[in-house]
Amino acid sequence: MSEVLVLAEHTADGEVKKVTVELLTAARRLGSPSVVWAGPGAEAGRERLAEFGAERVYVADSADFGDYAVAPAAELLAQLVSEKTPAAVLVAGTTEGKEIAGRLAVKTGSGVLTDATGLSAADDGTPVAEQPNFGGAITVTSRVVRGTPIIAVRPNAISPEPASGAAEITQVSFAASDAAKAARVTEHVVAEKGARPDLTEAQIVVSGGRGTGSAEGFKVIESLADALGAAVGASRAVTDAGWYPHQFQVGQTGKTVSPQLYMAVGISGAIQHRAGMQTSKTIIAVNKDPEAPIFEIADFGIVGDLFTVVPQLLEEIGKHKSL
Amino acid sequence: MSMNIVVCVKQVPDTAVERTLRPGDGTLDRESPDGLINELDEYAIEEGLRIAEAQGGEVTILSMGPEKASESVRKALSMGADKAVHVLDAALAGSDALATSLVLAEVLKRTGFDLVILGSESTDARTGVLPAMLAERLGVPQLTLASKVDISGTEVTIRRMTDDGYAVVTGALPAVVSVVEKINEPRYPSFKGIMAAKKKPVETLSLADLPVDADAVGLAGSATAVADFAARPPREAGTVVKDEGDGGAKVAAFLAERKFI
Repeated sequence: MSEVLVLAEHTADGEVKKVTVELLTAARRLGSPSVVWAGPGAEAGRERLAEFGAERVYVADSADFGDYAVAPAAELLAQLVSEKTPAAVLVAGTTEGKEIAGRLAVKTGSGVLTDATGLSAADDGTPVAEQPNFGGAITVTSRVVRGTPIIAVRPNAISPEPASGAAEITQVSFAASDAAKAARVTEHVVAEKGARPDLTEAQIVVSGGRGTGSAEGFKVIESLADALGAAVGASRAVTDAGWYPHQFQVGQTGKTVSPQLYMAVGISGAIQHRAGMQTSKTIIAVNKDPEAPIFEIADFGIVGDLFTVVPQLLEEIGKHKSL
Repeated sequence: MSMNIVVCVKQVPDTAVERTLRPGDGTLDRESPDGLINELDEYAIEEGLRIAEAQGGEVTILSMGPEKASESVRKALSMGADKAVHVLDAALAGSDALATSLVLAEVLKRTGFDLVILGSESTDARTGVLPAMLAERLGVPQLTLASKVDISGTEVTIRRMTDDGYAVVTGALPAVVSVVEKINEPRYPSFKGIMAAKKKPVETLSLADLPVDADAVGLAGSATAVADFAARPPREAGTVVKDEGDGGAKVAAFLAERKFI
C-alpha cells in the first residue's frame, strides 16, 4: 500500500495534538500512514501514534523547527516527498499548517487543498477532499491534478478512530538550508488561557456577542464555558470593542469552529459570524431579539435577556452536577 | 531609506450576501456586481501606507483579476497608495493559489520590492497559503500573520499570531509580510484622496508581458480541480421559545436531553 505522510502537531515533550490522530484516521483511507515528526519528543509520542495506525515515524529532531518559522518544516516534507514518493501529504489545517502546505506545494509543484472536512479515495486511489466554502454555505469536492496531493485537514472535522500500527521510528537526517532560516523566531509568548480547551479543538464552544455589553458583562460567558468544560469564543463586535482578546474571535475573519455544541449568547448571527460556526453539530442561541438571524440556524433558541437566562442555566447545570 | 512597498489586493464577493460558484466549472463569478476589496487587504494597505509615511517610500498596489478588480485598485489608490499594477488576462481566470502565486511572483520580480504586504487570507477561498507561497517563490523571509510590524534599518520584526499567543519573528529586507486585522484601523478614503486616485498611474499587464507559461495558469493550468459542489442542506429550523422566566432551565433540559450535561 502506498505511503501517506502525516505531519504531526505536537509539543516539545511529545504530547500528540488531537488533530494529528484525526489526520492519521483520514490517512488510513488513502494508504499506509507515516508520521513526520519535526523536533523533539517522538519517543514519548510514539505510543499514541501507534494507537491510531501509524506504521512509520520519520523523526527529524532538529532545533531549526523551533528557531525558524514555517520554512524548515516545509523543507523536511519536501525532502521526504522526494525520497518516499507518497500518495499524499496531510497537514493540520491550522494557520501554520496551511502555510507549510503552501510552501511545500511550491517546492514540489503540487496542488494543495485547504480546509478539508472530509477525505476519501477515488476509484484510482487518489484523494478526494470535501471543503466547505463560503462559511459552509456550499460543499466543494476537489482533487489535486498535478504533483503529490497536499491536503490541509480542518481540526475537529474527522472523528478519530483507533487502529493499531507499528509506529516504527526512523531517524531522518535533516538540516535546514540557509534560505529556510530567513525568518528567525526570537520569542514565544503564550497567552493566558487557563484550563480551557483550544477553541478549534473543543467539543463545546460558548461564544458571547454584543449583547454582553462590556468586558465585565462578558465574564458570564466565561463562567458558562467553565461550567460546560467548553472553550470561549467571541463575535467580532466583542473583540473589536476590546472586551475579549482577538484570538478568540469566531467568524469569517477569525477562527472557524465545528464543535459538537456551539452556544451563541448575545450574538445576532450576522453572515460573517455564521461563516465561522455554522458547521457545528448542534447550535443553541440566546438573544433578546426574536428577529436575530442566529435563530434561523439554531437547533434550540431562547428569546430573552442573557443576564437572566445564563445565571439560571448555571444554577441548573450546578444542580445537574450534584445529582 | 526610501522603501519600495508593494501591497497585494484581491477583489472578492461581498461576504454580506449569499455567495455561490458557477455551475459549469465550479469557479467564482468574479464579474458579479457585489465585488469589493478583500477586507484583510485594507489592513495590508493601511500598514503599507504607515510604513511608507514613517520610513519614506512608495506604495504600489498589485492586483490580479478581471476588469472589475479595477474598482478595488482605485479604492486602494484613494486610500493613499501611489500607483498600481493590474494583471488582467482572461487566460488567468480560474487560477488556483499555486498558479496565482506564480504570476504575482513574476510581477514582483519585475517591479522589485523591499516589502510585499498581503492580507493573511481572502474571504472567498480562505486558503491562507498565498503569502507563504510568495515567500517561497521569491526566496525572501516569510514574516506572516503579523499583528504588529516594526522596521529598524533593514530588519523587520513582527508579532506572529499563533494558536496559543504570539511569536516574535525577525528577518531582513526584502521580505513578505501578511497581516491580521488586529494590526491597525484602516483609514477611509478622503474626498481629496478619491479625486487624486483618478490621476494615479495604473499599469495593466497581460500574460504576454510576463515570463509565465500560459499552460501553468488559469483553470486548465491549475494543480487543483473542483470536481463537484453542492449547496449545504439548510439546517432544519429548531425550536425557538420566549423566556418566560424558565429560559435557563429550558436550555439545561435541552443540554441534558442531548447528554451535554
